[in-house]
Amino acid sequence: MSGLRIILSVLLLVLALPAFAQEAQLADPVLEERARDLSREIRCVVCQSQSVAESDADIARDMRVLIREQIAAGKTDQEIRDYLVARYGDFVLFEPPFKASTYVLWIGPFALLVLAAIGVGFYFRRRAAQPVAGPELSSAERGRVAELLRADDSRKGGA
Amino acid sequence: MRRLLFLLPMLLVAGLVAIFWRGLDPNRDPSALPSALIGKPAPALELPALLEGAAPLSLASLKGQPVAINFFASWCLPCRAEHPLLGKIAAEYGIAMIGIAYKDKPADARAYLADLGNPYQAIGADESGRGGIEFGLTGVPETYILDRDGIVRYRLAGPITADNLADQLAPAIEAVMK
Repeated sequence: MSGLRIILSVLLLVLALPAFAQEAQLADPVLEERARDLSREIRCVVCQSQSVAESDADIARDMRVLIREQIAAGKTDQEIRDYLVARYGDFVLFEPPFKASTYVLWIGPFALLVLAAIGVGFYFRRRAAQPVAGPELSSAERGRVAELLRADDSRKGGA
Repeated sequence: MRRLLFLLPMLLVAGLVAIFWRGLDPNRDPSALPSALIGKPAPALELPALLEGAAPLSLASLKGQPVAINFFASWCLPCRAEHPLLGKIAAEYGIAMIGIAYKDKPADARAYLADLGNPYQAIGADESGRGGIEFGLTGVPETYILDRDGIVRYRLAGPITADNLADQLAPAIEAVMK
């Protein structure tokens, strides 16, 4: 029983190792940290909702290797980003740049919020402008109300 | 102006209908990525030859003629499926068909071509996959159509089928062959 447990926990530990740990790392821990940070903002082009750092896909592994190589070669983070964007488009960045084709993406949610706020504002202003009480009764209607109330009173008194 | 405000909800609905209609298009692939290379010069790859005794593959030296570049691998099943069409395309349109063996052991790729036939004019071996990344490759097979100036005009991600050949690839090839 305990033997099985040990085997299982070792297996779990091995399986839990991040994809990153399976490859050669950069000797300099600062550069390695940069490679990891950059890998987290590059999207895997086959899995699409995973970053290159998280993905087990072959091409994601190749990109991690490429990022490490370029960092080792003295490239800046921005140069490496530009290199990948030139080949895969803005799609490879998890955070797309702010430019004409992405204005809707960046501003859209806030524009919707502002529109909704304006709509709600109009709604409440209109409601505040409306009189709380109903329209005035004509004198004939008032007479009828008084008559009904009187009849009600007399019935109560009679009972 | 205020009177026309009643049109606003209708316009909104019409806009939503247009968006949903597009989403219902059976030919739409939401995960398809446009190639960033369209309209740009193809990477000037220099790759060792796959076949023994052949000259190394230099894409820059192919300029002056329209070229189809097909990334394949022996481990890739859809590549097998599209394979018969590659020879047909080369024969029918007269376009130079260039193969790149992507992340494949050269011996395996050679065995694959010995088995299925070699439709390629020249074949480069991209064992590391770095050439694929230069092209913005997302998987195999992928086919790129280059014009005479070496500008990428079209990319087909995934296998060539009779359908997408007729609808997309053939028009793209005809455009660069003119």
